Amino acid sequence: MKYADEFRDKEIALGLARAIQAEANPKRPYRFMEFCGGHTHAISRYGLEDMLPQNVRMIHGPGCPVCVLPAGRIDMAIRLAERPEVILCVYGDLMRVPGSQGGSLLRAKARGADIRMVYSTIDAIRIAEENPGREVVFFAIGFETTTPPTAVMIRIAERKQLENFSVFCNHVLTPPAMLNILESPDIRNIGRVEIDGFVGPAHVSIIIGTAPYEFFSEEFGKPVVIAGFEPLDMMQAILMLVRQVNEHRHEVENQYRRAVSRDGNLRAKEEVSDIFELRDRFEWRGLGLVPYSGLKLKRTYAKYDAEVRFEMNELKIADNPACECGAILRGVKKPVDCKLFGTVCTPETPMGSCMVSSEGACAAHWTYGRFRDHQQRRAS
Amino acid sequence: MKAHQRKLDIKNGCVDLSHGSGGRAMSQLVSGLFHEAFGNEWLARGNDQSAFDVGAGRMVMTTDGYVVSPLFFPGGNIGSLAVHGTVNDIAMAGARPLYLSASFIIEEGFRFSDLKLIAESMGEAARDAGVHIITGDTKVVERGKADGLFISTAGVGVVPEGLDLSSEKARVGDRVLVSGTLGDHGVAIMSKRQNLAFETEIVSDSAALHDLVARMVAAAGSGIRLMRDPTRGGLAATMNEIAQQSDLGFRLQEEAIPVKPGVAAACELLGLDPLYVANEGKLVAVVAPEIAQSVLLAMRAHPLGRDAADIGEAVADDHHFVQMATSFGGGRIVDWLSGEQLPRIC
Repeated sequence: MKYADEFRDKEIALGLARAIQAEANPKRPYRFMEFCGGHTHAISRYGLEDMLPQNVRMIHGPGCPVCVLPAGRIDMAIRLAERPEVILCVYGDLMRVPGSQGGSLLRAKARGADIRMVYSTIDAIRIAEENPGREVVFFAIGFETTTPPTAVMIRIAERKQLENFSVFCNHVLTPPAMLNILESPDIRNIGRVEIDGFVGPAHVSIIIGTAPYEFFSEEFGKPVVIAGFEPLDMMQAILMLVRQVNEHRHEVENQYRRAVSRDGNLRAKEEVSDIFELRDRFEWRGLGLVPYSGLKLKRTYAKYDAEVRFEMNELKIADNPACECGAILRGVKKPVDCKLFGTVCTPETPMGSCMVSSEGACAAHWTYGRFRDHQQRRAS
Repeated sequence: MKAHQRKLDIKNGCVDLSHGSGGRAMSQLVSGLFHEAFGNEWLARGNDQSAFDVGAGRMVMTTDGYVVSPLFFPGGNIGSLAVHGTVNDIAMAGARPLYLSASFIIEEGFRFSDLKLIAESMGEAARDAGVHIITGDTKVVERGKADGLFISTAGVGVVPEGLDLSSEKARVGDRVLVSGTLGDHGVAIMSKRQNLAFETEIVSDSAALHDLVARMVAAAGSGIRLMRDPTRGGLAATMNEIAQQSDLGFRLQEEAIPVKPGVAAACELLGLDPLYVANEGKLVAVVAPEIAQSVLLAMRAHPLGRDAADIGEAVADDHHFVQMATSFGGGRIVDWLSGEQLPRIC
């Protein structure tokens, strides 16, 4: 497959693996957090852990928008979808995300709620045009990457004068979550693991550019390497991080130069800031309330804001107390350290955020990597 | 005096509730459309059942339901799919398929012209496979109670003397063979879904595999432990089932697994993994290592096994993991599919 196979080449991968092996100082640990679920998935899907030396460890961050969506927001969506006039349009991976009391959009659909799986925002617009007598709501979710398409959709709805269309906005921001991981007060309760550097987001950075990460490298003295989602991108980024650590540098470096610039996509950023504004705080599953980490529609666009239009009440559902997602998302614990992992919490019946989508740390380990736990047990 | 009856207007007409009511209209639909398409001596006798002779040896029986959406897709339709799917379930026992039944649940308003096309491709698929559709049933339900047409089938076949393929028979050291490229059917269906139209040249691999199976059995004798057709859940589901049933694990080589570039690209775009996508004309065989090469050659000599490949081996593993060496150089598991990947694929 052109433009994909080139970035999955085994020989180049082995070359990078040898370079990491040669350059990583065996006397010290290297703990790098990949923020994005896309990176977590690539690590597991291609088995990158097998290609890294023992002392280079990847910590899986909270960058999976489906995973970090709190149960309360799912319950809000279910209540909305249960209204007879509403057609709720969602991306497929949201369907199984657990709300409270074993509820999910999939179950709500089975009980009769009109929930449609869509592949793009354009599908939601089309459904609204085809069903003028119904209220069509798009369940908008995602980081900076998926926010511009939602903005464009609202522009289209405006232009087409669609009166039956609105958005349930759950867009969140990357930098506030990274900040939260590094300096949240919660971290004192659950301990903290030293992070030696970040693999920065791929698609998010296409939109926001590399500049927003300069704060992290300066303020916290952490190297950041923006990397693409292909496995070779990851390997090269890890090598770049190892070099920065060895040379006591903490800079923002851009491995993903074929797509990411310093300033990002100006047009997209402009569209987003025209239509959205910051929420004071937004709840993340596993991280709790994170200040200035979510977006909502500006008052000018309130008619497209489902929360306003349907007077939706904010619902708060506590995470399962035995769930270790908060600690796992911060790298303090590994999936296998959680009592729920693989027992009551599996991809079929996820309890915590990390098990929800294949990009979550627990689901990725369960689906692709759990054979290593047994190998290690046998070896020890 | 014979009552006058207007001929079925195949071109413009459609099924109404009277076509399922047991009266003249139903009889006309059955004889004018289904018998015409399936034409054989058993149906011609018009009984509520069909009698056939039972040969020596063991017989196999299977049943299957078809709810694929859309009904027509590149490389086939629900009719040909129903025949191929049922024939293949029989063939996976190493059996020769003989007779099928077909039951139709039709939504009021379904066009005769579409029904005729579907019945004709069923008849054609059956003739090509050398099986007969010898009994059937027709029901019509109100508009909105079925999505156009559902078909259920049953099939019987006979197993050659001395052959006993079964899912618990894989042994450590056995080789895993697949008969060709994976994921073609699922991607062909996806490419025609209403909300997901994308252009691809991929056609469904829907095909009857019993002839390929017969060649493999002829080449290998009893060295074949088991065969499965990896339909829903794809290769991943099939390998996990065999691992459980045979109480072992598998180690696969990603590089060896054949996937068409177009299928790989479509999966990349949709976020799917070809190992989990349905096939309707492929089989997986677990065979004794000493005969793997000769079976593989026999497969490659058959048009439906041209791209056959040896993709891995059975290993001892209490956890029944299906492990895979990725083509990138690392390792992973190929786990069960969780949740629903593609609804109504067959």
